Amino acid sequence: MLSIISEIKINGEALTELPQDLYIPPDALEVYLESFEGPLDLLLYLIRKNNLDILDIPMAELTVQYMVYVEKMKAIKLELAADYLLMSAMLIEIKSRMLLPKPVEVEEEDDPRAELVRRLMEYEAIKLAAKNLDEMPKVGEEFQVAHAYYQHVADIKPPEVSVDELVEAWRNVMKRAKLNSHHQLGRAELSVREHMSSVLRRLQTDGMCEFSQLFDLEIGGLPTLVVNFLAILELAKEGLVKITQQAAFSTIYLQASNAE
Amino acid sequence: MKEPENIVEMKQVLEAALLTAGQPLSLDDMLKLFAGRMERATIRMLLDEIKQEWEGKTLDLAQVATGYRFQAKPELSAFIARMNPERQPKYSRAVMETLAIIAYRQPVTRGDIEKIRGVSVNPNVMRQLLERDWIDVVGQREVPGRPSLYATTKHFLDDLNLRSLAELPPFEDFAQSEIPLDS
Repeated sequence: MLSIISEIKINGEALTELPQDLYIPPDALEVYLESFEGPLDLLLYLIRKNNLDILDIPMAELTVQYMVYVEKMKAIKLELAADYLLMSAMLIEIKSRMLLPKPVEVEEEDDPRAELVRRLMEYEAIKLAAKNLDEMPKVGEEFQVAHAYYQHVADIKPPEVSVDELVEAWRNVMKRAKLNSHHQLGRAELSVREHMSSVLRRLQTDGMCEFSQLFDLEIGGLPTLVVNFLAILELAKEGLVKITQQAAFSTIYLQASNAE
Repeated sequence: MKEPENIVEMKQVLEAALLTAGQPLSLDDMLKLFAGRMERATIRMLLDEIKQEWEGKTLDLAQVATGYRFQAKPELSAFIARMNPERQPKYSRAVMETLAIIAYRQPVTRGDIEKIRGVSVNPNVMRQLLERDWIDVVGQREVPGRPSLYATTKHFLDDLNLRSLAELPPFEDFAQSEIPLDS
């Protein structure tokens, strides 16, 4: 499934022996930096391919190695050294917590490794999702969009229409649109996350918005309204929007949390 | 200029506009073609007919996030690609992973991205995605530093031939086997 790095080469030779721990020989450093997207990626690879037990890493030795390593990296890429250092600090913390005896009264303490495993698995899924996105056909590569030549000429102004006429016509259209509304059931293809982004985008341009203005009754029908509502709730939960109401039954206002 | 009077003439107007646009046209764009004397439902019906008429020809009428567009049938693309032998450079894994995180976890901050990937975000990566108009800033999170919140754009969906994010494979599909804690 994961053909992450069968192509790793050090000094032109394919990598056959896997590193026994997280230590990377400085000579191979640059190769590794190109092959892995950071410590999570490297750790994931070691666990999946080498059945590395997160706990069996000799922490003291590793720390010494990392310190030497950071010294060498100062000249190359300091931020990256910091990322690897943070990871080894985290591993050491996990190991220390595992070694300490559990107090009797704390019976159901979470396994200190659970959070790391959760992060590793989320990252693994993201890697696959990224690969999938990369392989999806894209405009300009697998898709060509038609663009026939057309010389735009100055438009001839159409006759003026009075506002009243237009309003009247529009009212009629709306009236008819209401009469003709269909009730179709189907699998709705809606994304709460997408609606969250569009609500935020709207609040970014309009500033404060009435709650009811965020719902467009004309487009999409009931499922869209529900998803939009869920998106607003989710935004409120994540603290990205402020919802205010002066008194009961008065207008509800929404505002992006960052707006003044 | 005489306004189109029958279905055939209306379809001709729509088809010509779609073929010369070079970018997707929304229903609102297409309503403009008829100066208000048209309804959305009618346009949808006409588009369906145009779509059927083009079956078996060179172009497909496709619906993407920002509207409708004509595009070469997929089986012809390989030939058209030969005219431009230099293919677009591929994005790095860092760029694609960042894009995947924004697509599936939006709206997210740089901090969120760094947490998932375990490495700091290279400003270059964000710049590439912003310049491509695949992501944009939709707000700021109210925490110290007020970091920008990023989301994918409709242009991103257009470029991937999608109508909505919901058409991406669900994130759960990418989950791999559980990492055992007791080995």
